[in-house]
Amino acid sequence: MTTRLDADVAIIGGGLVGTSTALALRRHGLSVVLLEQGFCGAQASGVNYGGVRRQGRPVEQLPLSQRAHAMWPRLRDLIGTDGEFLDTGHLKLARSDNDMASLEEYARRVEPLGLALELLGHNELRERFGWIGSDVVGASFCPGDGHANPRLVAAAFAAAARRAGAQVFENAPVTGVIRDGDGFATETASGLKLRSRAVVNSAGAWAGTFAAMFGEAVPLERIYPSIIVTEPMAPVMTVNIGIEGGGIYARQVERGNCVVGGERALPLANADFSRPSSEGVLAIMARAGELFPSLRNGHVIRFWSGTEGAMPDRNPVIGASRTTPGLFHAFGFSGAGFQIAPGVGEVMAELVTTGATTTPIDAFSIVRFAEAATTATT
Amino acid sequence: MSARGQPLIVGAGPAGVRAAETLAKAGLKPRVVDEAPACGGQIYRQRLVEDGRSATSLYGSEAAKATRLHRDFAALASKLDYWPNALVWNLSDGVADVAVNRENRRLAYDGLILATGAMDRVLPLPGWTLPGVFTLGGAQIALKAQACAIGEKVVFAGSGPLLYLVAWQYLRAGVDVRAVLDAAPSAARINLLRAALQAPDIVARGLRFAAELRLRGTTLRSAVSDIRIEGDTRVAGVSWEERGRRCQLSCDAVGYGLGLRPETQLADLAGCEMRFDARDRAFLPIRLWGGRSSVSGVYLAGDGAGIVGADAAELSGERAALALIEDRGLVCDHVRAAAIDRRLSKISRLRDALEAAFPFPTAWAREIGDQTLICRCEEIDAGTMRRAIRDFDLSELNRVKAITRIGMGRCQGRVCAAAAAELLALEAGRGVDSVGRLRAQAPVKPLPLMLRAAQGKSEAAE
Amino acid sequence: MPLLHRIARTDHPTIAFVLDGIPREGRHGDTLLTAILEATDALRRTEFSHAPRAGFCLMGACQDCWVALETGERLRACSTPLAPGMRIVTGAREVIR
Repeated sequence: MTTRLDADVAIIGGGLVGTSTALALRRHGLSVVLLEQGFCGAQASGVNYGGVRRQGRPVEQLPLSQRAHAMWPRLRDLIGTDGEFLDTGHLKLARSDNDMASLEEYARRVEPLGLALELLGHNELRERFGWIGSDVVGASFCPGDGHANPRLVAAAFAAAARRAGAQVFENAPVTGVIRDGDGFATETASGLKLRSRAVVNSAGAWAGTFAAMFGEAVPLERIYPSIIVTEPMAPVMTVNIGIEGGGIYARQVERGNCVVGGERALPLANADFSRPSSEGVLAIMARAGELFPSLRNGHVIRFWSGTEGAMPDRNPVIGASRTTPGLFHAFGFSGAGFQIAPGVGEVMAELVTTGATTTPIDAFSIVRFAEAATTATT
Repeated sequence: MSARGQPLIVGAGPAGVRAAETLAKAGLKPRVVDEAPACGGQIYRQRLVEDGRSATSLYGSEAAKATRLHRDFAALASKLDYWPNALVWNLSDGVADVAVNRENRRLAYDGLILATGAMDRVLPLPGWTLPGVFTLGGAQIALKAQACAIGEKVVFAGSGPLLYLVAWQYLRAGVDVRAVLDAAPSAARINLLRAALQAPDIVARGLRFAAELRLRGTTLRSAVSDIRIEGDTRVAGVSWEERGRRCQLSCDAVGYGLGLRPETQLADLAGCEMRFDARDRAFLPIRLWGGRSSVSGVYLAGDGAGIVGADAAELSGERAALALIEDRGLVCDHVRAAAIDRRLSKISRLRDALEAAFPFPTAWAREIGDQTLICRCEEIDAGTMRRAIRDFDLSELNRVKAITRIGMGRCQGRVCAAAAAELLALEAGRGVDSVGRLRAQAPVKPLPLMLRAAQGKSEAAE
Repeated sequence: MPLLHRIARTDHPTIAFVLDGIPREGRHGDTLLTAILEATDALRRTEFSHAPRAGFCLMGACQDCWVALETGERLRACSTPLAPGMRIVTGAREVIR
């Protein structure tokens, strides 16, 4: 049974990027149909670590990140819930003098861009964050960063988009998109045929297929985060923690559960699904016990993993299509999409409605993969 | 010495023990991993120490079966690798992760028999989290394995054969059993006739339990509804509705349950195809002939794959082992296998009758009040769940978990998933078979953060 | 006021332990749950509403019976045997605010 629809904008992919774009477009008064292959926010948006941070991002992401940063404290006004956002600050640890030097260098580079980081030496770190294991040289602290609940935020954006009048279809995998006259025709496996003036490709780890349909294949890979969650524990971790060089990140929610990520999970036979590896989780558990002695008596009650789309240079693809007017891309956030997604939605809405955005996004243009497109197989 | 690896049996209850015995007899030296310190599962759970009571006072009419099971397993000691106090928390690609002595061991297996058993099935009631409320199984374990009664003036409530059995066991132990509140509708009782035709002993025994209880002054009520447990910081009484009247009794403990629910998490993790079973009103791993699952090399036995009872557990454990033996290309006793299959069919028909006599209270989701907690661990009440379903237009159980936190606690949905599914089905206007099931995830039970990987690589056979 | 009541092992060797700072006695063969609930009527307070709990399933499934030792080590009361000298903390006597 076919249902025919017409809208100003078709959005492929109902993760945070797609739903925040839908919401922002509705604010601009455009009609929106969002097509999600499964459930909105069930993929990367719902299974990421939950860090809401500017610190540590590639410098070119900072303007976009700062734009999003202003939105997080206002989430309740925007989507009806604060998504359990806590502005605890983000503390990035250094395990060696070299690592500390990297943190100092980064702090210098971002200071003119409006990100004021506080560098802490070993003693100050012990004084302010005594619950962190002593084998750390120093740290860089970013006030205003924090963390939130990815499952709630993703679902809340979808619900808000619906309330704002976006038509959101779940279990509607897109099977084809083509240019049709001066618009686009999109079809789903669930029997929808949609005509739109513009298309936004925010299909996350699956976005490569749609880019390829318009002759701009990209080297999009899948990465699978591995996260462990403890039982509720007495409050100790007062900041969102990361580490220079990666390997572990940790936060504690208000209910007391500690969420610790690190290591990569393993894809299953169907690469859309993954499971943490037991070696990986045991390693993270041991690392967490070393770094956070107060967690040592706790129990892990849950592991999770999921599918995130990643680009080789760890920057997303955001912006207009190289080949097709009216097509816009926003995907490949490489495991760091959570904090910036609300900002990306606004940027996409500006692009679609006016052709330009006030936030610098040139570094994320799909053009940088043009060579790869000519030799790609998908 | 064959080139094949070592089979693994998870669980040393009746099913696991008989599976182990059968494999051992065939010359395969199985590894048996069980969480408890001794074999027997829950139904034939052993005391930690001798306490002067007879096997009959612990296991009633099944004492001989229990004793025989314990003895037979002990006699197998040299023919198997037995790991008590060990938790299988993950299965992946032919390797089991086992937490034992604060260490994690990775065991490669060649053939896997899942005999993971069951726990009580409950639907939340007002006051069900109060100190002094235990499951029927829990009340029985307190008596059997710890020589303790859950209270001095106990009310038993719920439905199913276990209700009368545990109440009677408490009576025999000298406890003041104040009431047995049976929630099964009167109309369902006619099915006891059906059950009586198939297994007259079992039904007669149940009726005798009820008669003795009544004789000794226990208040027996049937077709009760709207049970509420009262008390401030612990159980002080129970109230209920029967024939339009509200009744009340004071008591200091409640044993409550509505039959059993299978522990299917490992089957799910092993990749077994799951299907909704109307009788158990739960998703079960599909059981192919002889106890084979949908995954080659993975076999299912006992209550862990669908509630069948202790006798069927022993039989299905033996049967699953015979299937494993046959699939290995070894000599298999087909006559015995066929005989077991016939007996299991018979028992299954009995289970149909019993389930009909003690049906699942499908009206529960309609009647449960907003203030009653659905998820004990995370303390989420029915009202919160109902609101979230409406606000987020939810129709699938994992989504409900993601939004409401139901099932995110330490028990990982063991206690609350059945109730959550019922409530979701009603609110979303779907069948309880169409709202999904909680996705099984490792670890299947809480793991100590400081669990360290044991030295050495994956352990293969022998 | 205890929740549980012994019907046997009443003359088994006693095991001395400490419960929330108070010296108690259990019996040889007790689990922590039995020993604690023979002495008092709750073995934990929930994290969120601080409601008292005293276990539920007794078979290691419901996870509603976790207690701690004074060292911080956490134990599931229904499946852990009582050992002499254990210093158990339940927090059940005071409401943590």
